[in-house]
Amino acid sequence: MENVNALNIGNIKPEPKVNYLTNGTTARSWLLTKDHKRIAILYLLTVSAFFALGGVYASLIRLELLTPESDLLQSATYNRVFTQHGVIMVFFFLIPSIPAILGNFLIPIMIGAKDLAFPRINLLSWYLYMAGGGLTLFALLQGGVDTGWTFYTPYSTTFSNGYVMLVGLGIFINGFSSILTGLNFIVTIHTMRAPGMTWFRMPLFVWAHYATSLVMILGTPVIAVTILLMALERLAHVGIFDPAIGGDPILFQHLFWFYSHPAVYIMILPGMGVVSELISNFSRKKIFGYEFIAFSSIAIAVFGFLVWGHHMFVSGQSVYAGLVFSFLTMVVSVPSAIKVFNWGATLYKGSISYDTPMLYGLFFIGLFLIGGLTGVFLGALGLTVHLTDTYFIVAHFHYVMVGGQVLAYLGGLHYWWSKITGKVYSEFWSKIAAIIIFVGFNLTFFPQFILGYMGMPRRYASYPPEFQVLNIFSTAGASILAIGLIIPLIYLTYSIFFGAKAESNPWMLPGLEWRTSSPPPTENFEQTPIVTWEAYEFGEENGLDMEEARREILAPVV
Amino acid sequence: MQQNTSWVPLFPEQASSFAWQVDGLYFYLLAISAFFTVGIVAAIVFFFVKYRAKEKFANGAEIHGSIALETVWSIIPFVIAMTIFLGGAVVYYNQYRPPAEAMEIYVVGKQWMWKFQHGTGQREINELHVPVGRNVKLTMTTEDVLHDVYIPAFRTKADVVPGRYSTIWFNATKPGKYHLFCAEYCGLNHSGMGGWVYVMEQRDFDNWLGGSVSGQTPVEAGKDLFENKLGCASCHAGGKDQRGAVLEGLFGSQVKLTNGQTVTADEEYIRNSIINPSGQIVEGYQPIMPTFKGQVTEEQLVQLVAYVKSLSTNKGGGSMTTGATSSTTNSSVNTTSGGNMTNSGAGNTNSLVAPRADRGATSQGSNPNAPPSEPETTGKKNN
Repeated sequence: MENVNALNIGNIKPEPKVNYLTNGTTARSWLLTKDHKRIAILYLLTVSAFFALGGVYASLIRLELLTPESDLLQSATYNRVFTQHGVIMVFFFLIPSIPAILGNFLIPIMIGAKDLAFPRINLLSWYLYMAGGGLTLFALLQGGVDTGWTFYTPYSTTFSNGYVMLVGLGIFINGFSSILTGLNFIVTIHTMRAPGMTWFRMPLFVWAHYATSLVMILGTPVIAVTILLMALERLAHVGIFDPAIGGDPILFQHLFWFYSHPAVYIMILPGMGVVSELISNFSRKKIFGYEFIAFSSIAIAVFGFLVWGHHMFVSGQSVYAGLVFSFLTMVVSVPSAIKVFNWGATLYKGSISYDTPMLYGLFFIGLFLIGGLTGVFLGALGLTVHLTDTYFIVAHFHYVMVGGQVLAYLGGLHYWWSKITGKVYSEFWSKIAAIIIFVGFNLTFFPQFILGYMGMPRRYASYPPEFQVLNIFSTAGASILAIGLIIPLIYLTYSIFFGAKAESNPWMLPGLEWRTSSPPPTENFEQTPIVTWEAYEFGEENGLDMEEARREILAPVV
Repeated sequence: MQQNTSWVPLFPEQASSFAWQVDGLYFYLLAISAFFTVGIVAAIVFFFVKYRAKEKFANGAEIHGSIALETVWSIIPFVIAMTIFLGGAVVYYNQYRPPAEAMEIYVVGKQWMWKFQHGTGQREINELHVPVGRNVKLTMTTEDVLHDVYIPAFRTKADVVPGRYSTIWFNATKPGKYHLFCAEYCGLNHSGMGGWVYVMEQRDFDNWLGGSVSGQTPVEAGKDLFENKLGCASCHAGGKDQRGAVLEGLFGSQVKLTNGQTVTADEEYIRNSIINPSGQIVEGYQPIMPTFKGQVTEEQLVQLVAYVKSLSTNKGGGSMTTGATSSTTNSSVNTTSGGNMTNSGAGNTNSLVAPRADRGATSQGSNPNAPPSEPETTGKKNN
């Protein structure tokens, strides 16, 4: 650690006396922290809580659908349950998950900065998230909302008697959290890169977050405006969306999807970023087509703004609009395909190790492949008329959101767990859990493709009996998935208290985050690093002394 | 593993003229998906095994990328995507362009039921009887929130939007009983808002029509509203010096508005002119018509629209096809005139649509039931 180039060292010794976790132990030192790493921990705890709550709702849905009749839950309850599952998972889990936790923690470290550009705004983002989440939870306790997470008008503005505006306000406030996070990332990436960290030396994780941030700051204001317009109609009866008072319900759908389609990319781009890291690092090989992956993220972010109408093929928008949106949807599928091909090609002649994060990375590719291809089904006009609003679409977006983002999130969490906590989790249990999750996930959602093509509509509390067998499969899968998700909660928590101490660079990787101690000091690096190597450069020239590392590893430590 | 979907028992019944096209597209996409999924997964598994780390921290080969490969795997998916786009577009076009000749049925959705009215006056709730081999066009709206008519066996659906008319059509190919679902979430009893579509042989359908109480046809009901209940006739049927716009021959024509626009007088136009008359003042008329918003239900609106449509067809001596007549009727000139609507009481309806065994190929010209369907006009104007 004496000089800058000492960043070469595989394992940093001696470790700094104070790391970001031990630098202050009071509640105040956490709740008023400006350290991006501590804020990431705050997000980790709260986002996980929302994930668990969303998961409880998911379990209720699957249990209800075990039988054709609405017996466990009455329709009124069921409608609230699926709405709240969607609202919580989308706005309070998926959107903040990777960016606010892993992005927050890693972006400054990966580019060699001490913190994000606006540490106070970063903390404010978390408080806004908490305020939005708190309001939404309060609304749920009051009885919740039954509009579906899409809030389609005029049901949401005129007919629903749920707590629509309270939840709307929660989402509205939470949106600002998202905007500020995106803004923070963009400014940080533009202005705070370490010397030598050029744009094309940045890890693809950072590129993906840059693209995500663009969508966050450009898209989220639209949902905010839409919620305000809803409030105007619901509270002041100004006719905007309800035709009975002079509005247009299709207008709402345009506004809603103008945000919510790009939001889909907020939910998947960071996952793609994580997977790019995993695939390259665990193959110990430079990622194939770095620039293509980087620019495909930007392309997805840009084209993502042009395809909102593909959610409205049967809504009554004009046939010609349908043609244009379908065409653009086909175009946006190409950059995603490019990514998949590049990931596959990265494995070729790699030196692949089977660590848990890599398992998640591979599962991600497989599931995202299915999720992406079924997205093409839904973009094909004649086919989507039959498929939309059925379980096919439910299966499709769960393959992308859960099979994609959630698996990437878990992969990333495992990958950087030792960096974040300084502790090592059980490799055995983590592998078991990953496989259980993969099996459970497929058993849950694959039957839903078939159900969808058979015509089972979504958001049904009761359904015709011929759909029951596949629903039983799905519920069985969900039970397995739930077990798979509970196991990491146990062994990760266990590792915090009883886990072995982590090394600073257990896999001998070149990324900057591996060139600081685990957990890092508050300033991330003792000295500002000077970057002289490309991303994913595993050769000696980037300063990793493999011989030394191997010798160390062979001397038994663990 | 995606081939699973093609297991016969796991596949929905195929019962409309374009269902095979949708299924064709589906299998095309399944084949593409299977090809790429199997290919990529196999490659990944193969690499995973073959290139597993031989030694701790050994590095992979120094390969950074290949412009040629990137180009290939950008262009190939793009080309494939375009074939999918074109295939999808063709099928979509078939699904959403009702043919010129179609038997018309009016649909009004409300929380949580479907109300159907046939051109011959029969009303149904949550059940729809249609003959096999006939083009059937549904003109749909809703009294409250969004709904969506979805008939999986026909591979078609469309949202039903308050304040608008949306249409779907189908030509059922196989007699049977098929699910009818509401596919757009509409509140409390959304999953209960469904029923059955009964596709019947023409003869059975005629029997069914004959056996059910038809009541007034939409045109008759509309005429009643027009002349008696709502008083439209005082301005719109006053003869030469009437104050309101002339409605005879209006439907399907081009209308010049005072704001300079020219619009086609379709169902939507007529509906809006009743609900929001000042929104589209016809050139040469004063904006004196009061709004009927809140005074007429969606069903009454449908009837008024049907009546106004009938004024155009009758003028041109158009055919009066009904749900009870065969698919060839439209070409044959049915000489019923507007007059018969005035005369047609509810009393004569049933007997006149009574089943006729020879119905199949030839049209019946003697149906005085003056239904609202003028398929030729409708088809053109809607396009």
